[in-house]
Amino acid sequence: MSLLQLQNLTKRFGGLVAVDNVSFDVPEGAIVGLIGPNGAGKTTVFNLITGNYRPDRGDILFDGRSIRKLPTHRIVHLGIARTFQTIRLFPKLSVVENVLAGRHCRMKAGVIAAMLRLPAQKREETAALAEARAEMAFVGIERDADQVAENLSYGNQRLLEIARALATGPRFIILDEPAGGMNDFETAKLIRVIRQIRDRGITVLLIEHDMSLVMEACEQLVVLENGAKIAEGTPGEIQENERVIEAYLGVEEE
Amino acid sequence: MKDVRPVIYAVFCGALLLAPFFLNAYWVDVLNNVGLYAILGLSLNIILGHAGLFHMGHAAFYAMGAYTTAIINTSYQIPVLWLMPLSGLVAGVAALVIARPIIHLRGDYLLIVTIGLVEIVRIALINNVFGITGGSNGIFGISRPELFGFRIRRPEHFFFLIWGFAAITVFLFHRLENSRFGRALNYLREDDVAAEGSGINTAHYKLIAFVVGAVWAGMAGNIFAAKMTIIAPESFNFWESVIMFMIVLLGGRGSIPGVILGAFLIVGLPELFRQFATARMLVFGAIMVAMMIFRTEGILPPRPRRYPAAVADGGGDGP
Repeated sequence: MSLLQLQNLTKRFGGLVAVDNVSFDVPEGAIVGLIGPNGAGKTTVFNLITGNYRPDRGDILFDGRSIRKLPTHRIVHLGIARTFQTIRLFPKLSVVENVLAGRHCRMKAGVIAAMLRLPAQKREETAALAEARAEMAFVGIERDADQVAENLSYGNQRLLEIARALATGPRFIILDEPAGGMNDFETAKLIRVIRQIRDRGITVLLIEHDMSLVMEACEQLVVLENGAKIAEGTPGEIQENERVIEAYLGVEEE
Repeated sequence: MKDVRPVIYAVFCGALLLAPFFLNAYWVDVLNNVGLYAILGLSLNIILGHAGLFHMGHAAFYAMGAYTTAIINTSYQIPVLWLMPLSGLVAGVAALVIARPIIHLRGDYLLIVTIGLVEIVRIALINNVFGITGGSNGIFGISRPELFGFRIRRPEHFFFLIWGFAAITVFLFHRLENSRFGRALNYLREDDVAAEGSGINTAHYKLIAFVVGAVWAGMAGNIFAAKMTIIAPESFNFWESVIMFMIVLLGGRGSIPGVILGAFLIVGLPELFRQFATARMLVFGAIMVAMMIFRTEGILPPRPRRYPAAVADGGGDGP
């Protein structure tokens, strides 16, 4: 069963066709990689899924339901969480507050409840804090809970973004270059985290340039070039694919 | 590490509480003005400090509250303080209607529109819209407020009304800051794309920030009308908005103690230097410039929120 289906997705920016008639399915419980050269339109696809951009044509089905016209926060509420290519944390706020941002959409208390500190509001706050701490522990940054987010190392900032995304209670998580700026040790840890995310029953779609991560972590790959899909298959198949080697990995010189 | 802040706050509250017994009517009235602007600053702080929306038209909501009270009190003789919720409501509804189309504007664009807003309201009041605002003369003969049968009329009476309301405001807004709502405002101030991407309905929260701020400004308007017994459009001009804006910026965006300090400095301090009349604006300007260079977050920037340490087994149930 496909959790996410992209159907003939097209997005133009002026004369540039950033995403050109792209269709692919992401099966539930899979780890799928979206790869391609710089400027291939990978992040644009992500922005279309999360509602940051509206497709000019085509549709996006999540769990069989079209999310093409929904605002981003509604899409998050339905269970799609994301991280950003260029880290977008709340740099001046603490790590725990950053993760609590993710819990927000699963909470209810409004202005009046907060002013009166109703029992339900207090319970909700306590529960949210516990869940936020659990997500920090999951990615391994619980020791930095009270740090200001901008003081974390680059690798830990990426993990914090993942924790914030996980805190939204997603069924599907989109990671945009999660290993960007990480060293080998951090990347190895990241691969473990990605697998554990999947083991929690969360489907993963990721963009990554680090081929070792892609080949090791992903079960299925989709390759884009110039906005169009040029190949789809297992990492093994993609490595053999002439078209992909030519377009992306470069012509072999041996 | 000893935290001296509770001591400072206690001394400040004690001194403030005793002030009307030692000061003459003039200085009590100065304190009343400081209190009124502290309330207005705190209400603007929700919008400007926490949500980071550059709103320089707060006097418009203040005016709506004051005029609601004045018009209904003089026409129907409804006791002034009973009109406080209604004044807040009118300002709040107005904020809802006005802010909805402009809420997506960023930074300086929003600033320009809100400056326009306060001018529109002032000019509408001068032009006696619907024939109920009394034109440029305003409305006079607003009755004195009564609380539990006690008639509030002297400055020291008003002192307790105003600072009592300020205390309630601090109490409620402190809770609001440390809640899901308060955090949501901070998230969208820091990065609204990331906030939206984390599942926060940013447009909604910007709007609600405006409404909460406007409701409080409207209620402050009610107290102002009761205190003055006469109100005129000139009490709600653009300069008033600028003063509120400066209180928040100078004191510290998002900081309750900062905003109160800001009110003392901006409204109280010039009274001390009355003899320098014109020069004081110069000093004022110089201080603002110096602050923008050396202390961009204000004199008392907000302190980070504290969260209880992790519980052993991560259980979700509260006490």
